[in-house]
Amino acid sequence: MSEVKYSKEHEWIKLDGEEATIGITKHATEMLGDIVFAELPEKGSNVDKDGTAGVVESTKAASDVYTPVSGEVIDTNQMIVDDPSKINEDPEDSAWFFKLKIKDKSEMDSLMSKEEYEKFAKETSA
Amino acid sequence: MSIKKTSLNNLHIKYGAKLVEFAGYQMPIQYKDGIIQEHKYTRSHSGIFDVSHMGQLFISGSDDLTRDLEKIFPADLKKLKTNQSKYSFLMNNKGGIQDDLIITKTSDGFLIILNAACKYNDYKVIKSKLDNQYKLNLDESLSLIALQGPEAKNVLNKVIPGCDSLKFMNGNNYVYNNEKVYITRSGYTGEDGFEISIKHSDAETFVENLIENGSKLIGLGARDTLRMEAGLCLYGNDLDNDTSPIEANLKWAIPKSRIETEFVGSEVLKNQFQSGVKKLRVGIKPDSKVIARGNTKIYNDKNQEIGKVTSGTFGPSVEHPIAMGYVDNSYSTVNTKIFLEVRGKKIPANICNLPFYKKNYVKGEINV
Repeated sequence: MSEVKYSKEHEWIKLDGEEATIGITKHATEMLGDIVFAELPEKGSNVDKDGTAGVVESTKAASDVYTPVSGEVIDTNQMIVDDPSKINEDPEDSAWFFKLKIKDKSEMDSLMSKEEYEKFAKETSA
Repeated sequence: MSIKKTSLNNLHIKYGAKLVEFAGYQMPIQYKDGIIQEHKYTRSHSGIFDVSHMGQLFISGSDDLTRDLEKIFPADLKKLKTNQSKYSFLMNNKGGIQDDLIITKTSDGFLIILNAACKYNDYKVIKSKLDNQYKLNLDESLSLIALQGPEAKNVLNKVIPGCDSLKFMNGNNYVYNNEKVYITRSGYTGEDGFEISIKHSDAETFVENLIENGSKLIGLGARDTLRMEAGLCLYGNDLDNDTSPIEANLKWAIPKSRIETEFVGSEVLKNQFQSGVKKLRVGIKPDSKVIARGNTKIYNDKNQEIGKVTSGTFGPSVEHPIAMGYVDNSYSTVNTKIFLEVRGKKIPANICNLPFYKKNYVKGEINV
């Protein structure tokens, strides 16, 4: 079974073997409001844990998207670039941001479980 | 200083507002529908905006008031008819804008609508310049509610019959709940609309009546995207103490009859009228979907810095990023290619005409 974990920067990461799919959480989209722009990392580029790997902009402001683990970008989701509103509609499934071939599985250990993240999100938005 | 609340605070909460602090007031940035839906509803139907944080300054006194106010404001107040409004400025001696405002002639003086963040300072400045000869009342017992959009006239007419006969930039007294309300036909969205000055105790019921007739509450977020599409300036972003009305491309608001006369900042303005200005406010349309926000640096094709963006967002009705800002005058012609520095990259864009969204103001001849 694939494992889903969450970062303090409000990204989710789903791991299938060596391949990780990363997006932003529903909670993040609710804080951002209507998303009108998305920028993704380049395919083939390498990203480092906690480094910037994209941008989302709402009508109000721009926010960086970070990668919760290091790896090589093997795929990006053109659908959300063409229609950024999809991120508000389905953030934790079809509106994923990018896929990585991950470098070091142990980087997953410091991330939060769903329960931990929900608690964290509730506390930080209160 | 504690945060102030407007008379509609409970209503904002009832309708699911996200509240933020703005100019010392707790104000709704958006409601449940979100900025884009709120923006579009205003353009297609009508939106209600709580603008009670803005200043409503009433000035009355002797017959010399008009003359003395003309020494402060570059508007043609002598020609202003009772209930007629004009857009004008409070300037400093350098011709910089201290506030942009709307002056309306009332039966016994003038009503000036001031920006929330500027109102207390404006009051002090105007009072001292008038040498304390007149009665000034920055009336905090009144709420101010804007109703904007193509359906605004129909909605408001059901609640306050007769107001649809008002002409654009004109006002009059009406009655709501046996109390006097003052309504002007004006706004800040690029749509037809009204601003209603009403007693705090009647504001909530009045807004509920507008909602019952199909209108919706709209937050400051959509107010900002609407005004940007309409090419209208936000004080503090697009206008400030170091920028003159000529530089801000608001020359139209200085009537010819006043150019040769004296008012605060008139020397600088006269000079700029004759010799031109170095920087000019322009509309900016990025080629791509990238949004350039305020403070984005602007470059020419030789990589020289030529200006700065002052407002920028995604325009929900034009469905494209939009911006405005100041560029060196030699780059201000429409269709000039410029580059915007966003996150380290130079994004191509063009100087374009304002507004981005065509206005739907009700003008001219309405039979009364």
